[in-house]
Parts: sequence; C-alpha cells; structure tokens
Amino acid sequence: MSLLSRLLPRRRFDFHGGIHPPERKALSNGTPIRPGPMPAQLILPLTMHIGAPARPLVQVGDRVLKGEKIAEASGPVSVPVHAPSSGVISAIEPRPIQHPSGLDAPCIVLDTDGEDRWTALHPHPDFRAIPRPELLALIREAGIAGLGGAGFPTAIKLNLRDNQRIEQLILNAVECEPYITADDRLMRERAPALIRGIEILRYLVQPAETIVAIEDNKPEAIAAMRAAAEGTGIRIMTVPTKYPSGGEKQLIRLVTGKEVRSGGIPAEIGVVCQNIGTAYAVERAVVHGEPLIRRITTLTGEAFTQPGNVETLIGTPVQALLEAGGVTQPHRGRLIMGGPMMGFSIDHPMSPVVKTSNCIIAAPLTELPEPAPEQSCIRCGACADVCPAELLPQQLYWYSKAGEFDRARHYNLLDCIECGACSYVCPSNIPLVQYYRYAKAELRKQAAEHQKADRARERFEARTARIEKEKAEKEARRQARLAANRVKQAPDAAAPPAQADLKKAVNDASAAYKTAVKAAKEAEASGADNAVALRAEAERLKAHADALKANLRDAKAAGPAAPAHDDGLPALKKAVADASAAYKAAVKAMKDVEAGGDGDIDALRADTERLKAEADRLKAALRDAKAAAPAVVAAPVQEDPVAALKKAVADASSAYKAAVKAAKEAEASGDGDLDALRAEAERLKPTGSKPNCVTPRRRPRPHHHQPHRQPPRLRPPAMTRSKNATSA
Amino acid sequence: MTILIAVLALLALAVVFGALLGFASEKFRVEGDPIVDQIDALLPQTQCGQCGHPGCRPYAEAIAEGEDHNRCPPGGEQTIQDLSDLLGREVLPLDGEADSADVKKVAFIREAECIGCTKCIQACPVDAIVGAARQMHTVIADECTGCDLCVEPCPVDCIDMIEVPPTLTTWGWSRPDGVGKTPERLINVVNLR
Amino acid sequence: MNLISVTSPHTTGPSRTQRVMAQVLLATLPGLAVLCGLFGWGSLINVVWACAAALACEAAVLRLRGKPVGFHLADGSALVTAVLLALAIPPTAPWWLTLVGVGFAIIFAKQLYGGLGMNPFNPAMAGYVLLLISFPVDMTRWLPPFEAPDLATSLQLFLGRDHGIDALTGATPLDSLRTWAGDAAALAAQPALHGTFAGLGWEWVNLAFLAGGLWLLWRRVITWHIPAALLGALALCALPFWLHDSARFASPLFHLFSGAAMFGAFFIATDPVSAATSRTGRLIYAALIGVLIWVIRSFGGYPDAMAFAVLLLNLAAPTIDYYTQPRSYGHSKPKRGIGG
Ligand code: SF4
Ligand code: SF4
Ligand code: SF4
Ligand code: SF4
Repeated sequence: MSLLSRLLPRRRFDFHGGIHPPERKALSNGTPIRPGPMPAQLILPLTMHIGAPARPLVQVGDRVLKGEKIAEASGPVSVPVHAPSSGVISAIEPRPIQHPSGLDAPCIVLDTDGEDRWTALHPHPDFRAIPRPELLALIREAGIAGLGGAGFPTAIKLNLRDNQRIEQLILNAVECEPYITADDRLMRERAPALIRGIEILRYLVQPAETIVAIEDNKPEAIAAMRAAAEGTGIRIMTVPTKYPSGGEKQLIRLVTGKEVRSGGIPAEIGVVCQNIGTAYAVERAVVHGEPLIRRITTLTGEAFTQPGNVETLIGTPVQALLEAGGVTQPHRGRLIMGGPMMGFSIDHPMSPVVKTSNCIIAAPLTELPEPAPEQSCIRCGACADVCPAELLPQQLYWYSKAGEFDRARHYNLLDCIECGACSYVCPSNIPLVQYYRYAKAELRKQAAEHQKADRARERFEARTARIEKEKAEKEARRQARLAANRVKQAPDAAAPPAQADLKKAVNDASAAYKTAVKAAKEAEASGADNAVALRAEAERLKAHADALKANLRDAKAAGPAAPAHDDGLPALKKAVADASAAYKAAVKAMKDVEAGGDGDIDALRADTERLKAEADRLKAALRDAKAAAPAVVAAPVQEDPVAALKKAVADASSAYKAAVKAAKEAEASGDGDLDALRAEAERLKPTGSKPNCVTPRRRPRPHHHQPHRQPPRLRPPAMTRSKNATSA
Repeated sequence: MTILIAVLALLALAVVFGALLGFASEKFRVEGDPIVDQIDALLPQTQCGQCGHPGCRPYAEAIAEGEDHNRCPPGGEQTIQDLSDLLGREVLPLDGEADSADVKKVAFIREAECIGCTKCIQACPVDAIVGAARQMHTVIADECTGCDLCVEPCPVDCIDMIEVPPTLTTWGWSRPDGVGKTPERLINVVNLR
Repeated sequence: MNLISVTSPHTTGPSRTQRVMAQVLLATLPGLAVLCGLFGWGSLINVVWACAAALACEAAVLRLRGKPVGFHLADGSALVTAVLLALAIPPTAPWWLTLVGVGFAIIFAKQLYGGLGMNPFNPAMAGYVLLLISFPVDMTRWLPPFEAPDLATSLQLFLGRDHGIDALTGATPLDSLRTWAGDAAALAAQPALHGTFAGLGWEWVNLAFLAGGLWLLWRRVITWHIPAALLGALALCALPFWLHDSARFASPLFHLFSGAAMFGAFFIATDPVSAATSRTGRLIYAALIGVLIWVIRSFGGYPDAMAFAVLLLNLAAPTIDYYTQPRSYGHSKPKRGIGG
C-alpha cells in the first residue's frame, strides 16, 4: 500500500448479481443481548468444526469444571472441545446434531450441576508479550473455529507461511443474511472488546491494512465500531446492503476488487478474512483465558414471543432456547439453524447449538410458507443475473437434473457457494440449490468410489501376483521332488502292462461317464424328456467306472511290483478329509432341517449315515494304503487313477447339486415335477461324496447353473429362471 | 482444358488438406493409456467374476479383444454407457440381471460362528478378510467391494452382506422429485413445546 | 408441532411464472385494443378463440402424456402462445386458420419437444410460419385501417363465409413498399405509406405494443437487452440505405413502426425459452433478428419477417449461448465445450 493509494478515495468495487430479500432484522435487533438458559444437559458434538472430530479426554461419570478441556484436537485440522459449564459427563454417544441429514453423531453429554464453577483460567492481557506461535497455539487450544460460516479452525487460517505478506485483514461483520442480528448486537454492545480482538488478529497477521466491513443497514453498529476504532488505524467500511455480500469471496471482491482463484484460498492473494464473532472469541480466549464455550445466537422468527439475541452456552439444546424465547406452538412451521438463505432445517429440537450456530429461526408457515411445487424452467435467466459466482445456474440445473454431473462440474458447479440467490429469484420455484447439493454429493460419491475401485484393483493385482508366485513355488518344489524320484526309481518306472490296461479302462469309463453326465445335464436344461434315461445311463457308467477303479486298486495292492506312488497317500488323505467334511456338513444340514422341522429329515439322516460309512471306508483304505506304502515305490504316471476317482466324485457331486438346485427352483416356482426332481436328486446323491451342498443355499442364483464358479459366465441368455423351472 | 485445370486444382487441394490432416493427427495425437487400462479404469473393480472372467482386468482385456461390454452387473447401465463412449460401440442392454439396487453392501462375518476354515479368505479377490486357520475371521469393511464371493464358500453360513449406513461424510442431499412436486419433507416433532 | 424440512433457501422472491405470464398477457391489451379499433372485432374474436383452442390442445396433450393437466395449464404459457399467435394473424382469418395455427404451435412446436421450457422454437411463431407457408392468401388478407367492419361482418368472416372479402382487403404499408419499391412516384401515391409518422394505421398498432412493452420493462418482466438490440439493429441497418436511396429503402422510423416490429421486439423475441440466455448472448441474438428483419423486408420474398427472423435465430441460440458463457468468479476464462 503506497501512501498515495492511502490518501486517494477508495474505489468502490462490486460483485456480480446478488439479491435484496426482506431483511426482517427488526424482529430481533431491538433488545440487548441476554444471557442464555442453563439447560440441565449440554450436548457437545465432537465435530463442531470442519476437519477431524475431536478425541474425548473424559469418561462417563467424570466430573468436569466449566472451561475444562474435554476433547482434544485429533489432527492438524481439528479443534478441542471444552466443558461449557460444570457437571458430570453422563454419556459419550451418538446424538442428533446440527446437520441437515438428521443423522446422529458422537457427542459428549454433560449433565450440568447448576454451580457453573470455572476451572483455573490463564489470562494474557498483554498479548503482545507472547510470541506469535504461542499465541496461535493458545487460540487453537481455546477451541476457536470460525463463528460465522462453516467452522474452519481459526488458528489454521491465521497461520501463515513465513514469507507470506498479507495486505488486507478483513473482518466480516456484514451479516448479509436476513433475520440474523447477532453480530449487529455484538458490535453495538461490545465494540471495545471487538477492537481488542481485532488487534490480536492484526498482531498475528501483520496486514498492511485492517478493514471491518459492515453493511449499511446497521448504522448503530457502524457508529459504535467507529468510536471504538478511533486512533487504531482500523478502517470501518460500510458496504451496500446486498445478499450475499457476506460470502467470503464476495466480500473480498467487494472490499479489494481481487478475486480468489477457484479452488484457492484468500491468503494466496494476500487477504485474510475473519468473522467478527471470531475476533470476539479470540479476545475472550487471549485476554481473559476463556475457551470458546459460549456464543451469541439470534432467536428469531414469529413463533418466538421474546425474540432477541442470547449469549448461550455451546451445547445448549435448541429446545431449551425455544423455551427461553417463549416459542408459541404453531401448527406447522420451520425450525432453522442459521439464516433463511443458507441455514438448514433441524430435524430434532434436542440438536445442540454449536460454535457456528448464529441463529435459530422458528417460523410458522404464515411467515415462511411451504415451498410451491417445482415448475418447468423457462430459461428466463433470472438466476444467472443474480448468481454471485457468475455461474449459469439453469445450465447447472439441467445437467444436475439429467445426472450429467461431469458436465455440471465442467460448468464450475464446484464454485457454487450455495447462497440460494438463484432459488430465491427463480419464478418456477425450482429448488436449484438442492439440485446442486445433490450433484455435488454425487460427484463426491463418484470420487470416493473411484478411489475405492483403485484400491480394490491394487489389492486384486497384489493378490493375483501372490497366488501366481505361490503356484510357481509349489510347481518348482514338485518338479524338484519328481526329478529326485525319477533318479531313484528310473529302473522300474513303467507299470505292469496289465495295470496299464486297467488304467486305460478306468479312464475310458470315467470319460464315458462324464460325457453321459454332460448329456444328461444338457437334456435337463433343455427339458428333453429323455433326461431321466440319460441320467440312469450315467449312473450305470459310473458304477462301471467304480468297479474298474476297485479292480485297479486291487491290482495295485496285489502286485508287489506295482508301485504305489507317494502322491497317492496325500490324495487319499484328502479324500478322507473331504468325506469327513461332507459328513459334518451333512450333520449340520440335518440339524438345520431338524430345527426347521422340514420333512426330508429321514432321507437326510440316511444320507448322513451313508456318508459316515463312506468316510469310514475311505479311512480304512487310507490305513491300508499307508500300511502298503512303505513296501511299494512310486511312479509318477500313476497319479491318474486317484485323480480320476476324485474327478468322478466331483462330477457326481456337481450333478447332484445341479439336481438339488433344480428341485429348489421348482419348489420356489411351485412347479409340478417336484417329486420327480427330488427323486432324481436323491438318486444322484449316493454317488456324491461331498454333499455340503445340502446346506441350504442362502441366495439361489439362477445363473449359477454349475455350482462352482470356475466358468462363471453369466447365465446363458436363454436360461431364465422360469425356463429352468419348467424344463427341470 | 478448363476442366482439367479444375480437376487438377481439386486434386492439389485434396492432397494439401490430406497432408495437413495427416500432419495434424500425428502432431496432436493424444498419447492415451493402452485401451485395456482405459477400460479397466471404467470397470467397478468389484472383482466379482459375474462377467465370466476372474476379475475386472481380465474382462477389460476380453472387451478390448471384442467381447461385449455389457456383462458387468455391478457397473450397471452407467458403466455400459461409459464403455460405449470410450469404445464407440453401441449401448447394449445389461446382460444378466442388474445387481439389486444401488445400495452398497459389505460382507460381515458373525465372528462367534466363524470356525476359521479360511475358505472365505481364499475366495476374497481383494484380500479383504483377515484371519488364520482355526481363528475367527473378520472383514475389513473399507476394503470389501461387496462382491459376495465369500458368502457361498462359508461352510457354516456365518457371512452376511449388510448395507452400509450413511455417515455424515457420505450423506448427501437427494435429487428433488422434479416438476410438479414440492421439495419438502415433513418431520413430526413431538417434544417441541 | 410439525416441522417441514427443506433445502435452503427457506424464503423465495415474489417472482412466479404465472405472474410473469399474466403480466405479458396484460401488456398485450393496448395493442389488441388498437387492432380492434382499426380493423374491427376480428382480432378479439381470434384471441378468444385461440385461447380456447390452445387450452383444449394443451389439456389433451398433457393428458396423453400422463402429466397433471391442471398444474401445467396453470402456468399460463399456453394462453400466452395463443394470444401472441392470434394477434399476429389477420383479423379476417376464419376459425379453422386460427385453430390449425394454435394446434400446431401447442402440439408440435411445444408439447412434442417436452412442454414448457424444452421447445427450441417460439411456438407462436412456429404456428405463424406454418400458416403463412400453407395458406399464404388467408394470411395476407389485412383490412385497410380506419374502415373497421361491424361485429356481424367480423363474425361472418370468422365463420368462414366469404362476403366478397377480397373487396374489403387492402395492402398493408409493408405490402405497398414491397410492391412499389424503387418507383418514387408510385410510392408517393400509396396512401398506406403515409400515416402521421409512419405507415398508415400500423404506426398506432406499433405504438400501442411499444407502450405495453415499456410497461413490461418497468415491471421487470423483461430486460431491455432484447428489444433495444433488436430495434437498434433494425434502425441502424435501415438508416444508411435510406439515406442513400430513399426511393427504394424505407426510413428507420417506418421500419420501427411497421408490421410486427414492436410486437416482435417486446413480445416475441423476448420469449426466454427460445432466446439466448446470457445478457451478451441476448444482445447478439436480438441484434441478429433485427438485421434479418431488415434484410428480408428489403430483399426477401415476404413483406414482413419477424417470424422467420425469430425462428432462424432460435436455431442459432444454443450456438450463441455457447460462445457467450460468462466467466465465473475465480476463473480467468469462460468455460467452453460440453465437458464430461
Ligand atoms: S430462474 Fe428458474 S426458470 Fe429462470 S432460468 Fe433460472 S432456473 Fe430457469
Ligand atoms: S446457489 Fe450457486 S448457482 Fe445459485 S446463485 Fe448462489 S452461487 Fe450461484
Ligand atoms: S462383473 Fe465383476 S469382475 Fe466382472 S468387470 Fe464387473 S465388477 Fe469386475
Ligand atoms: S469380503 Fe467377501 S464380499 Fe467383501 S470383497 Fe471379499 S469376498 Fe467380496
């Protein structure tokens, strides 16, 4: 600031648009600030500011004094919470808070004892004696977060980088919203304290000039501030009454002619903007050592019989303020926290007043009527004419409504300050701001989903890589072992011819069986009537394969030269484990069914018995094999029979599962063939050794025709649920 | 003669413009990600396998090779639309049934009933379940994509898919009901005097 | 107590679509009165008939589209369309002519595009152009001013009984200008061209619409941008040519007070739905309409040009909007393109 520009008359700047809603400030600005009520219970949300929730320092049952810190800042962007009065912590739990969603959030609940006893305070009347970083820490520890707007931690805004030069410190005392008079009364009654607070901010920020901006509809406040600021060099500037001149960006434009870059912060252009109420809180915190535990809140609206401003304890339930203001009971109305342009409806009168609550409006519908139904946008452009962010609100509206959020963002949706000027003037009563909030929320959601998807992708890829590696390692180990074996057993690697023949027969038989099963399944799927015959055929083949397998086993056991390979044992062990798992599952299923009082219990029990027998048999086989193993040596080629056996077993059980599924679907659709299907399932069951599919499937998925997901194609187009049911 | 000149002039023009266009397309070519990456970026990464591929990336590869791009139920219409835009293909109706509604779900293990069989760990494509054999398992809700692949393998059925309730950070205003509707919600407040 | 929960803002301004429409209708009254005074009851009959037809068409289409009929009828936009179209049609028009025009305007030009707010073209002008192209004779049968037929004759004409109508009709000032342009002597002999300060009779019609328009401006129903730019461009185009060759080109004053100049500038081009949206955009949009009017009047095949000019610029409005995006706060440049 050169001397010249100081001497020249200042240029008046303006911002685009703006509206002049009825002010209605006379409702509440005529009476002095009164002390607020002392409610029996104070509710202190852990998030009264923007940023991370505070962390409680107290426990339920703790006795606290007024001004004691009860929750600490949990990160750089966070502020502590203090007890606004003395009493006992009665709960730390989710409660309805000051949020348009009406959701609950963690709160510390303090039962006041009525004594209102202070904790020890540490005043610093001579703030200039304190180094700046300490002063900042003091402000932060006092729990101060912007009292006018969104509640951004004040210490962060005041904490500048070393080389940052601040030209203007702007104190926002504009109070452009209709109805609210808290700052007006504060300035009228406590101007000297405010000027002290501003001096502290000045000391911290060291601006070239300090400006208090006040709308010209508050002449008394202007006069009081002028008198108090005499000789301090603080400029009291009047700005024309226009909503939303109190918006930070608009005010900066109005006062300095400079614009904050989209997505940027004012400090970038050498401006720091603070609410006048914040200056008061800073003064209380530094000069008097009082943390932020109370604030001035306007009680207004025609439902109040005694409107006015109260100095209320933070955490006071809105209910208590309504009582204090003598709210008559309108039949229907609005209860708003904040101003009529940007405040939000509160769902629950036990929601507390917080650090940012500058106004409570209780208005009957005669005063703030129900919104009229939305009409079609006539593109009148009135919204664009008043938008202080110079956006094209109707364009944003079309895009938001059509779900084209990316386009809305392209047209600077995110620069919308949600001031509501556009909704105010819209002749078609379109709730434009709600559309923007909706679009912004969707954009946030998309971004979060995107982030999550990226993480899922990383994790998935990491997992795939890990599995690949494990597989490779396993394979390497197996190869090494095979090589070792081969070296040992090279001479008698070949199996006796008879056994080879037998093996081939087994393979052929199981292949045939598989083909048959497949054919049967297809037939079932397409509803051919020979399905049952095909099934029988498959059964026959299976029996055949089993017989052959038994032969093979015998042959192996018999032939002293016949090598039993070392892979056989684990496989057998696995079979045993599977069988017993199956048995257990069957037992469980049985219990479930018993509990559910279903009919098939006998069948299931029989099945379970059978499974137990099978498991026992397999165990015996395992024992035998173990006994035989030491004597025999392994040949790698002979993995086959066991594998085939296992495979056959698996196939059989899939067939069984498919049948069970079909039966269930039929049941669900109430089809007639139910009995046939059940019979079919029963018939298939004995061949399966893994009936864990008997456990009821929670979510029948029609497209999982195969119960395993290995080929998890979506259901083929033709196979709809009903088709399955009728064909089965 | 005039005709010849005209033809020649047109030809010359064609050549010049062709060259210009060619040059421009070379000069201003957008060096994009390989197409598979771009497709993969549009898929929801639920890794659920409902598209018939073991994960989203394999499906992205398959799409790049010509498979239909309408097989991802978790992505729904929006993903199909985005893929159509990216690939310049026709918008196809979703193959299969849409995932029931938009509600986000995550898996939740009723830990008292978990027998520690590790089957769900093996099923989870994003390693969102932690636990060791015979220890109880639990789902890291933040990492769970809601693919429900872990539900079926559980032998004791102790995994539920539960809805994620909105929090203060995820809550957002809903879309107004549109023309002819009053954007209003009525709250009944009982204890207000 | 029951509370209602709404997004902010919790209060709204006094402006309402219905009120806007009603004020537009009111502002047409002086024009309608002068038309009736000069040309008889025909215009009034047209207006009433057109309103009835428009309401019926709108209600029918709304019902077919499954929309709440009463709610949409109440916005008054159908009435405005009907009145504007009826004022543009000659007072000699038979009932079916009005019906066809209004039906087309409401059903095709408005509802088939999705109703109020979605129509790219001004419905009244779309209807007018359809009639002008399909029934050029009926649409150019204006009566000579100050010779208003009585109510009975007007009714007969409305019912389509041809009472030697051709004997009644006379050339409008713009017709005369078209026909005799270039021939100074003939022009001087045309009584239609020599009213008090512009074309005979039509000067008063235009003056009346100007008065209505100024009232709309004063009520802040419209902004000054479109009328000023339109009339300004029209006058500016006319001036040099008239100075250069007054036998062939009419004076700016004549242009401003002939045909549908005032009516179009204040009532037609200001239709927000089909106009450009930003202020700069509106200036460009209206100026181009003015230029087109003058060009068509002076060189085109039709004596008047409001409808064509407006429809052509309706087509161009999205493009104009595209290039006149405002620069938003905190941005150095306006955003262009469709984004996404
Ligand atoms: S003010 Fe309302 S009706 Fe007018 S353009 Fe904006 S959104 Fe449309
Ligand atoms: S709410 Fe947003 S779009 Fe509407 S006027 Fe305010 S800044 Fe502009
Ligand atoms: S269906 Fe599942 S695995 Fe396939 S692309 Fe979609 S989310 Fe990914
Ligand atoms: S925990 Fe279950 S639902 Fe969640 S990602 Fe893993 S497998 Fe899918």
